[in-house]
Amino acid sequence: MLSLAPITTALRAAAMLLFVVAIAACSRTPDNAMMTGVGNLGPGGGAPGSQQEFLVSVGDRVFFETDSSSLTAEAAATLDKQAAWLNQYSNYRIMIEGHADERGTREYNIALGARRASVVVNYLVSRGVNAQRITSKSFGKERPVAICNDISCWSQNRRAVTVVQ
Amino acid sequence: MTRLTRRSALQLGLAGGLALATARTAQAQLNITVEGANFQPLPIAIPDFASSDPSFGRETAEIVRANLRRSGLFLPLDPASLPVQVGDVNATPDFNTWRTANVTALVMGAVDRGGQIASSVRVWDTQQGAQVVGKSYNTDPNSSRRVAHIISDAIYEALTGGSGYFDTRVVYVAESGPKANRVKRLAIMDQDGANAQYLTDGRTLALTPRISANNDLVTYMNFEDGNPQVYLLQLSSGRQQRLASLGAMTFAPRFSPDGGTVAFSVEQGGATNIYAVSTGGGQPVQLTSGAAIDTGPSYSPDGSRIVFESDRGGSPQIYMMSSGGGNPQRISYGQGLYSTPVWSPKGDLIAFTRQSGGQFNIGIMNPDGSGERMLYSSFHAEGPTWAPNGRVIMFFQDPGGNDGPKLMSVDIWGRNLQTIPTESYASDPAWSALRS
Repeated sequence: MLSLAPITTALRAAAMLLFVVAIAACSRTPDNAMMTGVGNLGPGGGAPGSQQEFLVSVGDRVFFETDSSSLTAEAAATLDKQAAWLNQYSNYRIMIEGHADERGTREYNIALGARRASVVVNYLVSRGVNAQRITSKSFGKERPVAICNDISCWSQNRRAVTVVQ
Repeated sequence: MTRLTRRSALQLGLAGGLALATARTAQAQLNITVEGANFQPLPIAIPDFASSDPSFGRETAEIVRANLRRSGLFLPLDPASLPVQVGDVNATPDFNTWRTANVTALVMGAVDRGGQIASSVRVWDTQQGAQVVGKSYNTDPNSSRRVAHIISDAIYEALTGGSGYFDTRVVYVAESGPKANRVKRLAIMDQDGANAQYLTDGRTLALTPRISANNDLVTYMNFEDGNPQVYLLQLSSGRQQRLASLGAMTFAPRFSPDGGTVAFSVEQGGATNIYAVSTGGGQPVQLTSGAAIDTGPSYSPDGSRIVFESDRGGSPQIYMMSSGGGNPQRISYGQGLYSTPVWSPKGDLIAFTRQSGGQFNIGIMNPDGSGERMLYSSFHAEGPTWAPNGRVIMFFQDPGGNDGPKLMSVDIWGRNLQTIPTESYASDPAWSALRS
């Protein structure tokens, strides 16, 4: 590494910077100012019982098929882990944000986001999470996390995010 | 915002008695047949308006020319090419001169500022040597562009046989900032994009505005209170309030034709149903029920029926019911997903958004679902709104990616696609009625 020319080092640094920026853009939360988002990913999985741990080790979001609010097996598995964690750390309140991708009309997607959030709320309650701790909100397609024009990208936006607060 | 006294329209008489008599002997026959595949816009000569302030006269004529050109039905001629550069509204034109210049439709106008703006206009048929229409108007001194729109409407009405739509405004969502955290605030502008003003401050998301028939109330969806709720904003006073507190979330508000009622969606536990409530308050009435998503209500112009979208059959489609609720009938049967139905103010057509084959289409159909026609297709387009004459539809188009939406218009014959200029990205247009 010592033999790298300074120009190469600079390029590598620039590449790293771009990578970090890309990660930051992808993990951009819906709206931090509105207290509905989560913080930036730091190093490590976070202390037991911390929001960081929930985010990194449990997983704060589940994804949906196009125009669907049914839970996939993968989504159900994530919600099982969320429920176990939330039942262990019962001091947190929980906001479920429902989102849709941009391939729908605005108002229908607002309703679809609400339906997705509702499915997640019901599932968590069925796994023992106290309904009194949970609120939900739909953002429709207004707060995408991934910005691009292809199917793999839209799939990241069809999501329900569990925000612990 | 002041309520304006408009359209104190007078039939304009000519000062010169002899000229008037001559002009009246012939019957004006000039008009445009607006339908048909071989449609050609009507060439029309509009010299600058006579005025004690010539730049005001030129500006007024230019707004009129731009309106008529943008309608797609007229072809205003280059004013520099005309035999006369400034109009004279008090004399009968020399018809031979104009015929020689190949001008059939001729507009002569005058405009002046006083306590009010006073304007007069005559439209002449030079072939017949006859006046088509002559009118004069007084308008608020602070709305110099408005008088040009009123005159444009008079010309449009005289020559096309339909009511105009230039003296109107559009409420819309002005969008700015990166897509993942975009600011969306309400704004209002003239139909040609001029005089834009913001109505909300952008702190919270504001979406899907609609404007009442008297042009004074705006209803919209506001994320202010955590969950989105329907709000009512009065333009004249700037006051606003939540319309109803019901369910977890309320959205998709629409005024009844008389402006006294708002139909809207209520979401509870993932189910979305349509309710209606008086703008004065009171108990909301539930119009649909069930676990489906019922949204996008739109009243018929007589107020008797509501068209809306529902996925009760498995995918979003268009349904029709009485405005009192009960037993909806599906009317959309083409391929794909249907949403955002909007009833034409004339009652003869319903505009909608249709998704099929990976594209979004803006289309129209008869109220019984027959006669479906697509007017515009692209990667993403949605949210049609009608000009008050039922001939032009505005909607928004989004190229996707990190770009943002813009407002566009098209006529019901699928012609004359136009982009409406806005300072920022813009979506959710809602076209007002003609101002009064």
